[in-house]
Parts: sequence; C-alpha cells; structure tokens
Amino acid sequence: MKNLILTLLLVLGLAPMCLAQDDFSGTALRLGGGFGEQAEAVEKLGLSGDPRALPLLQALADGKLTRMADGALLIGEADALTGAPANAAGASAVRINNRVRAALRIALGRLQIVSPDPAERLRAADGILRSRSAQDLPLLDAALARETVPRIRERLVLAQGAARLASDDEALKRAGIESLGASGFEAARTVLLEARAGNAALAEAIDAAVARIDRQLAFRRAGELLFQGLSLGSVLLLAALGLAVTFGVMGVINMAHGEFVMLGAYTTFLVQEALRGTPLAPWALPLAVPTAFLVTALLGAAMERGLIRHLYGRPLETLLMTFGVGMVLQQAVRLIFGAQNREVSSPAWMQGTLMLPGEISVTQNRLWIIVFGIAVLLLVMAAIRFTRFGLDMRAVVQNRRIAATMGIRTGRVDALTFAFGSGIAGMAGVALSQIDNVSPNLGTGYIVDSFMVVVFGGVGSLAGTLIGALTLGVVNKLLEPYAGVVLAKVAVLVGIMLFIQRRPKGLFALKGRAADQ
Amino acid sequence: MPGISAFRFNLRVALIALIFVLLLLPPLLNALPASHPLRVSDFVVAVTGKWICYAILALSIDLAWGYAGILSLGHGAFFALGGYAMGMHLMRNIGNRGVYGHPVLPDFMVFLGYKELPWYWLGFEYFPFAMLMALLVPGALAGLVGWLAFRSRITGVYLSIITQAMTYALMLAFFRNDMGFGGNNGFTDFKDLLGVPLNTPSARAGLYLAALGALLITLLISAYTVQSKFGRLLIAIRDAESRVRFLGYDVTAFKLFVFVLSAMMAGLAGALYVPIVGIINPGEFSPGNSIEAVVWVAFGGRGTLIGAILGAFSVNALKTWLTSFAPDLWLLVLGGLFIIVTLFLPRGLIGLGWRRRS
Repeated sequence: MKNLILTLLLVLGLAPMCLAQDDFSGTALRLGGGFGEQAEAVEKLGLSGDPRALPLLQALADGKLTRMADGALLIGEADALTGAPANAAGASAVRINNRVRAALRIALGRLQIVSPDPAERLRAADGILRSRSAQDLPLLDAALARETVPRIRERLVLAQGAARLASDDEALKRAGIESLGASGFEAARTVLLEARAGNAALAEAIDAAVARIDRQLAFRRAGELLFQGLSLGSVLLLAALGLAVTFGVMGVINMAHGEFVMLGAYTTFLVQEALRGTPLAPWALPLAVPTAFLVTALLGAAMERGLIRHLYGRPLETLLMTFGVGMVLQQAVRLIFGAQNREVSSPAWMQGTLMLPGEISVTQNRLWIIVFGIAVLLLVMAAIRFTRFGLDMRAVVQNRRIAATMGIRTGRVDALTFAFGSGIAGMAGVALSQIDNVSPNLGTGYIVDSFMVVVFGGVGSLAGTLIGALTLGVVNKLLEPYAGVVLAKVAVLVGIMLFIQRRPKGLFALKGRAADQ
Repeated sequence: MPGISAFRFNLRVALIALIFVLLLLPPLLNALPASHPLRVSDFVVAVTGKWICYAILALSIDLAWGYAGILSLGHGAFFALGGYAMGMHLMRNIGNRGVYGHPVLPDFMVFLGYKELPWYWLGFEYFPFAMLMALLVPGALAGLVGWLAFRSRITGVYLSIITQAMTYALMLAFFRNDMGFGGNNGFTDFKDLLGVPLNTPSARAGLYLAALGALLITLLISAYTVQSKFGRLLIAIRDAESRVRFLGYDVTAFKLFVFVLSAMMAGLAGALYVPIVGIINPGEFSPGNSIEAVVWVAFGGRGTLIGAILGAFSVNALKTWLTSFAPDLWLLVLGGLFIIVTLFLPRGLIGLGWRRRS
C-alpha cells in the first residue's frame, strides 16, 4: 500500500514534466490530423510559447510540412519534431483549410515572441500588448523569463500587466497593477488609467500605482535633464576652451573663433568624404580630430602672424578685425560648400541610446562628447602645465619683457599659443559635427555663449571654464522646462550680467600681478 | 588738440553743408514730372531716406565709441526698440482696416487669440506718446545696462560682449509670439501716419525730410556735446579712464550720460526708419546688424562725427550697389572692410584726407 502511494506520488510528481514533454510532441503530431484537430493544435502550440513550435507552424503555413504514412511529420528531409534526418520517400504534404490558416496567423503572431530576431519579437510583443487578453499570460510569462533586450522587455512587461488586468481573477489583476506600477514606464500609466474606468473596486490601487509611476518618471526626467545639461555644458566647454586659451590666457579677443569651430566641422566632413570607400572609412571621425586640429591651428598661426600681431594692445580693433575675418571665412565656406547642411555620419559605436541605472536613457553620441570634452580639457591642462611650450606660454603671459630677456622668443610663443587655441576650436568642431548641422553658420550660435562661459568662469582660468560651462549648461537645461528654450537663454544671459556685478572678474578670478593685465 | 584750426573747422562745416545740400536733392528731383530726365525714382528716395536713418545710428555709435571709448555691439537693439515703438503706433493706426477687421487688436493678436490689448500697448495710439517711448525705452535700457556695467568698471571688450549678448537676448525674446510684438513677422502692412497714407509721394517726402531734420539736429547736439568741456572729458575718459577717475571726476556718470544719449539717438533713428521701410521685425536685433553699424563708423573715421555720417552713406551705398549684382560677394567685401579699416585705416576715410594735407 505504502509502495503504491509512493509510486502514485512519483507518477503524479513527474507527470507534469512528462506531460510537458509529451504534450508538445503530442500536440505537434496532431498537426497531421483532420482540419478541426489541426486548428486546435495550432492554437495550443501558439499559446505554449514554445520556441520549437515556431519553425513547425511556419512550415505548415508555407506548405512545407509533409506527413509519412505512420503519422510522423517531416520538414524536407528531416523529422519535424526532432530534426533528425529521415527518409522522405512517400511523404505527402499536410494540407490546411482557411480555418487553420486563420488560427496559424494568430499563433504565428504570438510565437514570434520567441523568434531569434529581436525586431520580430518587438513586433510580436506590440501585437500582444494591443490585444490585451488574459489568454496570453502563460506565453508572456515564458517570454519574459527569456527576454534580455530592454526595449522588448518593456513591451512584454506592459503586455503582461495589461493581460493580467484583463483577466477575471481579482488577485491577478492586483498583481498586474503592482507590476505595472513597479515598471515605471510612461505607457504603463496609460494602460492603468484605461483600466481604471472598468475596475472601480481597484481604483485606489491603480491610483497608487500611477502615483508611483509618476514619481519614477519625475526622477528619470530629472536625471535626463541633468544629463542634457552636462551634455550642453560639455559642448560649451569644447567651444569655450579654445577661447579660454586665446582670450583668457593671451588676452586676444577672437570673434572668428566660432568660424574656426565651423571649419573643424567641415574638416570632419572632408575627411569622411576622402576616406569614403576605403578600409579606413569607419575611422574617419577619430582621424578627423588631429586633422581638424592641424588645419585650424595652421590657419590660426597664419592669422596671428599676418593680422592680429599688428593690433596687440588694441583690443577693440582686434575684435572688429577678427569679426571681419570670421565673416570672410563664413562666406568663403558658403561659396565653396553651399549654404545647405552637409551630412557627417556617426560611426556605429556612437549611435543609439544607452540605459543608465534608473532607466535614464542617454544618447551615445552625447555621452561621447562629454568624454571627449573632458579629454580635451585634460590635454590642454597637461600641455600648459607640463610641456616646454606651456612653460614658455605661462612665462610670456606673466611678464613678456622678462620672458624675452630670458631668451624666450615671445613672437613665436604668441603664434603657437594662438594656433593652439584655434586648434582646440577645430577639435570642438569635430564634436559638434556629430550633434549639430554642419553649415556655414555653425559657429555663430556658440560664440556668444562661449564668451559668456569664459567671462563667467573667470578669464585665464581653465578650471573656471570647466565650471562655467557645466553650470551654464545645467542651469540652461533646468530652466528650459519652466521657461522655454528662448526665455531660459535670456534668463541665463541676464543672470550672468548680474553675476558680473558681484564678481567682475568671474568665478575664478586671477589674483596678484596677473590680475592687473 | 592742435588739429582743430580755423581752416579745418570751416572745411568741416563746408563738408557738412555740402552733404546736407546733396541730401535735399532726392525728394526735390523726385517731385519733378515723370518724364523729366533728372527725375529720380521713389526707390532712390526710400533708399536714401533709409541711409539717413543709418547715419543717425552711426552718429550715435560714434558719440559713444569715438569719444567716450564705449564700443557698443548692441546699438542695433536701441535702434530696433525705437523702431518697435513707432511700429506699435503704426499698427494701432491701422484700426479696423486689418485683414481681420478688428477695431482695436492688430491682425497678429487676433490670429494668436488675444482678447484685449496687452497693457504695454496702451497709449501707443497717440503719436507723441509713441515718439516719447521711442526715445525713453532705448534710453532706459541703456541706462540700466550702462549703470550695471559702468559701476562695476566693465570696460573694453567685456562691455562690447555684454552689449552683444543684450541684443542677442532681445532678438530671441522678440522672436517669441507670446511677447505680444508679432513674433517672427514683426509689424508690417502699415497704413498711415498722422493721417497721411504712407504710400503717397507727400508722405515719402515728409518722412525723408523729417529724417534729414533729425540728422541735422542729432549732429548739432553731438557736435555741441563733444566740443563742450564735457566732450573733452569724454575724450580723456576714452584715453585714460583711471586717470580721470583719480582726478576726481565721476567717470561712471559721464559714461552713463553719453551712453543713454547715444541710445536715445539710435532709438530716434529706428523710429524714423520703420515708416520709411514699412516693416520692423526681430531680425533688426541681430548682432550682425549692430556690428555692421560699427564698421560704418570705423570706415568713415571715428571720433569725428562727420566721418560716421560719411561712413554710413558710403558703406551702405556700396552694399546696395554690390548686393544688386553680386550678392555673394557682399559679405566677403564687408568682412574685408573690417580687416582693411582696422589694419590700414585706423582713422577712416576722414583720416585719409587729413593725412594727405599734413
């Protein structure tokens, strides 16, 4: 008796597993049966969410499924269930009617949720989300357990929540509300609010879940805003770093700075076109960085030696003259390349979005620009602090005559410093080509902002430039949701003017002798 | 200053008289019958009238930059504000003749769903009030910005950049529809001023002569200002600000006065400009306009008043001529002008003439 019970328990315990095993083959084999049996089997397989069912049903739909006299099913020369090679002699095609075709369409749509192709899975998940039927729950549970792509997971979680809400079971409904609330997706909010009308008893739970989503959304929005601010800040940093060298360190105001940035972006375009079709094409962007630096640095050196040198000590004239140079450069580029935007493509590793913890999505290219901005800043700092050129430069800035007495060729240092600052502008152009339109007036939009950054951060201080750029970027983006893009900009400009009242020399004022210049 | 001898002063007066006599010609020749060989077209009158307004703007910049050393890159903003004040009056004059036929609201307000006139539009139906605002609003803005800047001793390029940021910010603001100033499109389709339809020959001549009169008056005011003791002090501030301060003068107040005066002149120029060209939009605030006006002064010769007028006429004549047959070249030429003037012509056209004599 004891043994019998044990055996029975054993059988009962194992039964579901065996059944699952047999269930699939059993159901699958019924595909070879009559039309009614076929349709039932198709529906059952569709709901099973079993990946093995997909090729089978596909073959059936395509008319490639054949049947041996003994009932075994074949696809081509292989057993349809096990995939083992089989002799296909004497096999006849399994025929289907319209009812089976309709069932197949639905089942295949569901089963695409287990397809190896993510795009197909996404489409299937969307389809299931639209249908909102509790019938799909086992399928969704199975798919969720396997799915790893975040975008598809999001749809699956939504579809699961919606399907649970569509069931008749109160506990399941609550579980659905719970999981939707925890997901924090904006679309989950819509699903919940839709369900609220039909489930008066659950209204409280739904409201709580919606509030939870709203909190998560607010958090995420704040995170994204912060990221956008940092991103804008890093763009400003790149645009302003060159100015921090030419204007901040040398005291030469260069209104053509924005045009140097623009030339850097066009250099990127030219490098991309030159390398098009060569094996180096994917490396166009990294290669454009040193190229743009050299091009704009050479131009800067030429400009310093040819024009600016004659106007030292006359800042207002320098301002007007460099503005004229900027105008000429801009118009020349417009005549050569045309006024329309030029297409600079991003390499694959810079495309797409990245999910940070807390579901904060960031675009890859913006992330790279932040990294690039910091790298350029460190490079500039290192160049000024550790190289011979940097030493000479600091010496000339501190006291030109004594530096000359010590044997430093001040004229050469001036040219190199200006070339250095212009080169940085060119590198900024490479970065901007990734996020902005490459057009002749690319630089115009950044010039006023860059000067604001330098003035705000403190003339002659790279740390000030960094802090200034990030502060302006973040403040600008934080104000935007409340004030709109334009008013945020105006508010920042007014804010800087008021700030200069308190600290005319900027955040990081130079102290001592250097401050007198 | 040893340069001002009686001979040169008289030469200057003669030059000014010649300019004004020449400027009287376009409306007179325009009044001739259409068949007359010497008759000039309406277009010439309108364009010359526009240049006269530009000359007033140039004069105002010269007063601040050439004498007090305040290089404002935002004078276009004062010009545009004056223009907007006049534009508001002209819009109110349209009355119910707009497309929507609303008795009070201008077309763009009806279009944007305004129910009533915003408070800052009140009073602009009266011409004297609008003219007063065309002077006071730019003056007040200059007073505020100047006070903030001069008291914290923001000078030189810093001031230039701040004024440029000012006009840039105003441009962005005026592009917004909800500012109540017509947004992108600004004001246009004006009908009449002081009861005279704007498209009649008499209105054209009247506006032209008004602008010419304003040029004469602003020139006299500027000349009086710079030749007084106050003017000498301005030059001293330009050349050695700290020294003047240490001598006990209130440099901030002097600079503020001349900056406000200059802004009001620019506002007047804008107010005269709008009925002549028949449109005002936020593009007038663009930083490029302001800096272009600076180059007129630099090209003519700053710190001479007459040079500013000459510069405004010559550069704009060049622009009108060049943009008619080679528009692509204009910006190259203008940019080149900036470079040539600063490197080779530090005293402008006027300086060229003086150097030859001495």
